[in-house]
Amino acid sequence: METWQTLAYIVASVLFILGLKMLGRAETARRGNRVSALGMLVAVVATLAAGGLDYSWIVVGLVIGAGVGAVAARRVQMTQMPEMVALFNGSGGVASMLVGWAEYLRTPDAEGVTAFAVVVTVVIGGLCATGSVVAFAKLSERISGAPIRFDRQQVLNAALLALVALAGAWVVFDALAAGGLPLVGLAFALLLLGALALGVLAVIPIGGADMPIVVALLNSYSGLAAAAAGFVIDNNVLVVAGSLVGASGLILTQIMCKAMNRSLANVLFSGFGSAPTGVAGAEVTGEAKPISAEDAYFVLEAARSVLVVPGYGMAVAQAQHAVKELADQLEAIGAEVRFAIHPVAGRMPGHMNVLLAEANVAYEALVEPDDVNPSMESIDVAIVIGANDVVNPSAKEDPDSPLFGMPIVEVDRARTVFVLKRSMNPGFSGVENALFTRENTRMLFGDAKASITALVGAFKDT
Amino acid sequence: MSILLVFVFVLAVFLGLELITKVPSQLHTPLMSGANAISGITVVGALVVAGEGLGGFATALGVLAVAFATVNVVGGYLVTDKMLAMFRRGKG
Repeated sequence: METWQTLAYIVASVLFILGLKMLGRAETARRGNRVSALGMLVAVVATLAAGGLDYSWIVVGLVIGAGVGAVAARRVQMTQMPEMVALFNGSGGVASMLVGWAEYLRTPDAEGVTAFAVVVTVVIGGLCATGSVVAFAKLSERISGAPIRFDRQQVLNAALLALVALAGAWVVFDALAAGGLPLVGLAFALLLLGALALGVLAVIPIGGADMPIVVALLNSYSGLAAAAAGFVIDNNVLVVAGSLVGASGLILTQIMCKAMNRSLANVLFSGFGSAPTGVAGAEVTGEAKPISAEDAYFVLEAARSVLVVPGYGMAVAQAQHAVKELADQLEAIGAEVRFAIHPVAGRMPGHMNVLLAEANVAYEALVEPDDVNPSMESIDVAIVIGANDVVNPSAKEDPDSPLFGMPIVEVDRARTVFVLKRSMNPGFSGVENALFTRENTRMLFGDAKASITALVGAFKDT
Repeated sequence: MSILLVFVFVLAVFLGLELITKVPSQLHTPLMSGANAISGITVVGALVVAGEGLGGFATALGVLAVAFATVNVVGGYLVTDKMLAMFRRGKG
């Protein structure tokens, strides 16, 4: 590699590091993204300018990829963002896998370390590719978001993992022995197919509400796959950028797990949410008290301080613009309106923030559970829109509840709680919600968007 | 040479872990999709593979890799920018 090219890669790496750091702060995030994009441009130009490459086919790939990426980015709606991110993630994973594969075809008898890197690249890249596609299908509801489980699933997964490990070892040992092991082509094919199958099997048993964790984890994998590809082609900028993404994805995964009070292993392997019946925890007693939009309006009209707690239901009903309108109406009569965002509300990390930002809600109005819980008693009305488990008081009161220990938005301590919901069905976890039958809770049944529009209408009529 | 890469790898992982320990939740999505765009760096590997004239099937894999990686890069950065453009201060 020429010296100037190495220097350019160093510049690119620094730009990625700066960009990623800036992405972590609201004031600098947008600039940070552009700084990192500049880094990418530097890396790509340095690669192309090094010469020795046949450009004819490269251009075809670049033009198709850029066209598809740009159109997809332009067309995507904010509510579709989780599945879009999953899809982009998958395309990165598949690209790394293909790089590993092509390099293997070029030098099937490379030295052992390189062969090992090829195996790792193919496995992580393949897993990330099909895992992301399944996540995409679940998030966009092309397939059911419910966990898909069957008998001996863990056994099958373990067997497949063993097969992949064995095939990988075969490929590496073949390289160590400078070729000569029989059936190594077959081993490589099994490695490839096994990795792809593992990606599918790893994600299908995970339910919709755990998707924020899965999406963050797949993000980490796509970075690690790129880093592994860097080892294959002996390229430091891939290693640096890939491992930065791998690490940041892990941090995000950890934040999500903490917000659910669960370990990563528990999310990936447990049957959480798969059992619709027979869920442990105390029986929920009492009766839910419904309220009409008109009566809800009279309560809201008198409120000085309102807390909105959005969940996945808001995304499904596309109610974010109506919610913003309601907040405007409340502020017009002098009430203070804030939005409590639970870290795992929705289907990807920060899902609710993106939707509310699209509806033009200022981000100072968004608070995290820890900020608002201590002063919950001073909230006149808490409006829960399509959120369920993240406001379930059992999480702090009932040691038998599967949710016990999960940090929640403690709306049950607000003076009045409105829960906007389609029906009395429990949330994703399958756990009954004790909030619904509390003395201070009123259920506003129906489509969230329709209910809120009705409330806004009541404000406008007066 | 590869041992130097391992050195680089370990340092970069630690740097990555230190870089983003505390991120406000409103930035989780843009951070994730922005990081995802960076993982498209694999495009550099794809360019090398597609352009080194391996011929036949290997080149086809390379070109496919270039296309996928470019989708990741271009789409990832644009979508992140689009999201971040919506985050704003104050009322408006």
